[in-house]
Amino acid sequence: MTEVEERLILELGENFPIEPRPFAVIGERLGITEDEVIARVKDFMDKGIVRRLSVALRHQNVGFTANAMIVWKVPPERLDEVGNKLASFPEVTHCYERETTRDWPYNLYVVVHRPYREECLAIAARLSEAVGVADYRVLFSTAELKRSNPQYFIERGEDDAV
Amino acid sequence: MAVQDKELTEAERQLLAAMQEGFLPVARPFKEVAERLGSTESDVIAELRRLKEEGAIRRLGAIIDSRKIGYTGTLCAMKVPGERIPEVAEVINSFPEITHNYVREYEYNVWFTILAPSVDRINDILAAIKNKTGIPELINLSARRIFKIRVKFDLEGAAKP
Repeated sequence: MTEVEERLILELGENFPIEPRPFAVIGERLGITEDEVIARVKDFMDKGIVRRLSVALRHQNVGFTANAMIVWKVPPERLDEVGNKLASFPEVTHCYERETTRDWPYNLYVVVHRPYREECLAIAARLSEAVGVADYRVLFSTAELKRSNPQYFIERGEDDAV
Repeated sequence: MAVQDKELTEAERQLLAAMQEGFLPVARPFKEVAERLGSTESDVIAELRRLKEEGAIRRLGAIIDSRKIGYTGTLCAMKVPGERIPEVAEVINSFPEITHNYVREYEYNVWFTILAPSVDRINDILAAIKNKTGIPELINLSARRIFKIRVKFDLEGAAKP
């Protein structure tokens, strides 16, 4: 990505101006015209780099306090079938296959957003029956230690410890 | 699409629901939103600024698909003795690339997500966390395949097609 594109991504995300002509303000910050900013944003949207111009809300439970992660141990040959089936349930918001380790054998992850444990447990049981996989665990998040917006194009100073 | 935040008035909820539908890359995007709501551009702008200041709006702007700009992310878990969670959390949270960090009920009790420009950067961060905390039990559960990511968010929790 060019420097201007990187800076535009930052401006579009971090401090988007809540002004009558926000793209003109961004253009001033980047030294390009309002029309060029709008054209680039449309290009980003066409390419799927920008999914949407929108808002993230305080109570939008993308956070992890009200969600349950159900982890499954699925025989590798059944991953396709089970993954796609679990993904088809509306209650399931995310479904991933992930790496496993010796003492963490769960290879399929499902996230369900429901405020109450019992509901999550009930859904897990129903999903388990629907896909015929009995080896699963329901992990509830009990405390949120950090939730921040993604940090793109962080300038790495020389003195960074890592 | 209902916005569930109880402390909001009906008008605020409608504005936020309209904003969630998205605003357009046009010269006066908030004017367009105002027209959708039968309100005025200046009212919409004033409301949005207030809602952002009060924290009802966590973030306003572009929702970026980080994979499309070369970023990569992962989910990690650590086994941390209960009394050390605050201290370990501080080490983890010191990295700007850590986007979520939370406690779950299991031996692996501290879980966090990282978003970084490269896998090398992720590995550097994980190595630094292990040596700063002295805890080797840190597993990197990177995604091998995505069956589903919620695209359109519906606050009732059900995914939209």
